[in-house]
Amino acid sequence: MADLRTLLRRWLLPLLLVLAGPALAKEAEPVAANPALEARMMALATELRCLVCQNQTIADSHADLAVDLRQQIRDMLDKGMTDAQVRSYMTDRYGDFVLYNPPMKPATALLWIGPGVLLVVALTALFVVLRRRQRMAADAFDPDTPDDADDHPVTR
Amino acid sequence: MSRFVWPLVVFLVLVVFLAVGLKLDPREVPSPLIDKPAPAFRTTLLSRPEQAVQREDMLGKVWILNVWASWCVACREEHPLLVEYSKKGTVPIYGLNYKDDPKAGLEWLRRYGNPYTESLVDRDGRIGIDFGVYGVPETFVIDRQGVIRFKHIGPVTPQVLSEKIEPLVRKLNG
Repeated sequence: MADLRTLLRRWLLPLLLVLAGPALAKEAEPVAANPALEARMMALATELRCLVCQNQTIADSHADLAVDLRQQIRDMLDKGMTDAQVRSYMTDRYGDFVLYNPPMKPATALLWIGPGVLLVVALTALFVVLRRRQRMAADAFDPDTPDDADDHPVTR
Repeated sequence: MSRFVWPLVVFLVLVVFLAVGLKLDPREVPSPLIDKPAPAFRTTLLSRPEQAVQREDMLGKVWILNVWASWCVACREEHPLLVEYSKKGTVPIYGLNYKDDPKAGLEWLRRYGNPYTESLVDRDGRIGIDFGVYGVPETFVIDRQGVIRFKHIGPVTPQVLSEKIEPLVRKLNG
């Protein structure tokens, strides 16, 4: 009798709890009814700017509008729309500004080329300065004197 | 001499860029909807829930669409100005009661005055999304063909009203 009780307590109860686990977990299901779709929605939402709290993505933001837009994306994907269609839906309404990954076009050319141009300008300036120095006579520079005698271990 | 001139020039250019940057309002995102047909909608009136209304019903007249909600604090700021402007009767102002409880919305209008010819109900915010609304209040001027001609984000100020909205309405009506 005692054996049966131990068996029950040691094995059956934990087993039942383990089996009951997924059943209990079902309660949180509706949000991610379709994990693949949810993942696509989140991937899209991370490239879209939330216009209410501007430096967050729609995926990160808890603003009302972001929650609504996530739902909107979910609905659109559920209807079988492509990622590109969702993106153009957003830009039609909020402009390219919502895209964290803006398209290359005349208005955004500076954005894309600007850093490269700055880099080229900086490198050119560096090159010019170095060349100029190279051509200077050696006596144009101060001789390399130690600032302080302590810099060099003294041999006594 | 040029040793000092170049850094100075670079510094001044930076100052100009930063000064301009400070003056820009990051909240003012250019709307892609300007000069585009207003999005289609189909909803009901706040005052008469049984009365349906859609985009086509609004064609043939210049009108203003003002997005508001009873929970929106900034809306209270612009409200007296809208009430005043509506009294002139130059242009019908329609409200879009955005993500609001109709009861609270009606109560709000009773308390602060009702500048709206009618208010359209946007309970779940879908119409708002189609109009690219992200910061209530927002104000649109829509022409006879149903094309959005102007959009203002945030409370309408006397300056915006007299310098932007009024001249535009006059031109569109003229």
